[in-house]
Amino acid sequence: MKKRHSFMRSIAAAPHIFWSVLFIILPLLIVLYYAFTDASGAFSFENILSLTEYAPIFALSLELSIIATAICLVIGYPLAYIIAKAKPERQKLYIMLLMLPMWTNLLIRTYSIMAILDDGGILNTLLGTTMHIVGTKGAVIFGMVYDFLPYMVLPIYTCVSKIDKNMWEAASDLGCSPVKVMTKVILPLSMSGIISGVTMVLVPSISTFYISQKLGGGTFELIGDTIERQFVTGALNVGAAISLVMMILILLSLSVMNKFTDSDEGGIIV
Amino acid sequence: MAKLIELKGITKSYDGQKVIDSMDLYIRDGEFITLLGPSGCGKTTTLRIIGGFETADEGKLYFDGAEISDVPAYKRNVNTVFQKYALFPHLNVYENIAFPLRLKKVAEDDIKKRVGEMLKMVALLGFENKSVSTLSGGQQQRVAIARALISHPKVLLLDEPLGALDLKLRKDMQNELKTIQQAIGITFIYVTHDQEEALSMSDTVVVMADGEIQQIGTPTDIYNEPKNAFVADFIGESNIIDGIMLEDRRVKFSQHIFDCVDGGFGKGEAVDVVVRPEDVDVVAPEAGMLTGQVTAVTFKGVHYEIIVDIKGFKWMIQSTDFVAEGAIIGLYIEPDAIHIMKKSKYSGKFGDYSSFSDEMDRLSDADSAEEF
Repeated sequence: MKKRHSFMRSIAAAPHIFWSVLFIILPLLIVLYYAFTDASGAFSFENILSLTEYAPIFALSLELSIIATAICLVIGYPLAYIIAKAKPERQKLYIMLLMLPMWTNLLIRTYSIMAILDDGGILNTLLGTTMHIVGTKGAVIFGMVYDFLPYMVLPIYTCVSKIDKNMWEAASDLGCSPVKVMTKVILPLSMSGIISGVTMVLVPSISTFYISQKLGGGTFELIGDTIERQFVTGALNVGAAISLVMMILILLSLSVMNKFTDSDEGGIIV
Repeated sequence: MAKLIELKGITKSYDGQKVIDSMDLYIRDGEFITLLGPSGCGKTTTLRIIGGFETADEGKLYFDGAEISDVPAYKRNVNTVFQKYALFPHLNVYENIAFPLRLKKVAEDDIKKRVGEMLKMVALLGFENKSVSTLSGGQQQRVAIARALISHPKVLLLDEPLGALDLKLRKDMQNELKTIQQAIGITFIYVTHDQEEALSMSDTVVVMADGEIQQIGTPTDIYNEPKNAFVADFIGESNIIDGIMLEDRRVKFSQHIFDCVDGGFGKGEAVDVVVRPEDVDVVAPEAGMLTGQVTAVTFKGVHYEIIVDIKGFKWMIQSTDFVAEGAIIGLYIEPDAIHIMKKSKYSGKFGDYSSFSDEMDRLSDADSAEEF
């Protein structure tokens, strides 16, 4: 009986395992192969060692994506909280409004932002000003926040709306002022949502290349652009090496973040 | 005992529907008072107004002589044990209980000592580092009680705290709660729809229906001298029959004239007559004051529950002697088993067992668990 049970289980899991191997494990192995070989296919550390020259780009990518994530959190948490506390029929509407921009392709959205913020763009024309926005760090950060904000709001919304309504009353009953209710009870209980949100914004922000290309106006390069350039120019090995290092960095930072949530609370592990 | 809490003319409506209608009530220091009533009677709302989670539309609330109608919950010297415990899942047992003290920045040594005392009182020593989600319902309940009591409130509000526990555990917890209340000597305000629970624990029972107080009294008063048909039916089982008061201490119902012990009604006044099922003696048909045919017999363990058809009205009788279904029996009722009540808006709605079944009883119980 027991054996049969586990047999059935492996049958049921087979499609998923097949899928995972084909589209996750295998590609990772290919990245690994290219990262540690040279153009002729011989084993080599050279790609990894050459990465030091990209350190400033790494640092810039990290800086911009951390700032964007922080802004998303500051805007996203209150937004998610307000949605979660709204009437149920309102919640659906708000979530739809939040998702609405995502129905439009990322490239088109980014182009639109460019059209609005450009030197001769809609904003400057309307205001009659000559602000130089596209090509600054601010524009890139704005683009990241605009594109990835829903990824911050949704997990926090899910988390906050699952918190037992009695928690607010219990906290204030036991002597928490409205501010303390938030800091002592509600924020700690929404930590798993916050961690998920931060992860889901930080990871695509670090590796984005399109936003920085368009809104950065070609004045600076982020790590995503660098990787793209390597592959476009056929330098597969260096590109793979950068990807690998980034993957390791992201995994490390995620494991650090996951330390902040209770293991049984189940923050998302990518 | 001095008045500790006083409600004056408290009225509360939701969506135009009055949940509490101009309620006056005072609660004495140190008493165990129970708000008892069916689902939707306003008992939980009353408790929430005292706790500070709702504000009354009209009326005033006094605590220790001072008005607290607009004082927020966190500033009231009143703590609550919630129906579903509402323990903080991100804190362990120790930190849950220590929570109110940490807010007040009590010294660590003192916290340790007081949490220890509380754990001992609720018999949870050794559970300090457990996560609250691993505890059973009864254990979570104890943590909730300890957490509510640790900052020495003057009043503990309990909102159907035993509703989610199984019967055996509920009985144990009833005794335990009563013991705790007597040991620390503070006021407990307890909300329940379970009349047995109310009778066995309380010093004072407040029976509520339709947003109004029906009767306030000790458990024995409420049981023996119900004020109207609603109370008589809600507290225990009752046969409630239409009667005519012929004169003091003489009442006619079911076409028979009975001696009774009540008086003070007008001659010929229509009244409700209450006879408890356990107060009726089953005798031979020729010796009975009333006779009827048995239509149903249910074995209940301590007694049989017998439904008897007397001139079209179904009586419930509890007897330790078996009677066969279909048998013709006589009923004998002592004068002091007959309780006379004035007619009220609840007259005629309760006390006839023609549609009675256990299933109905259970259905309505499940219903009242859905209290808001």
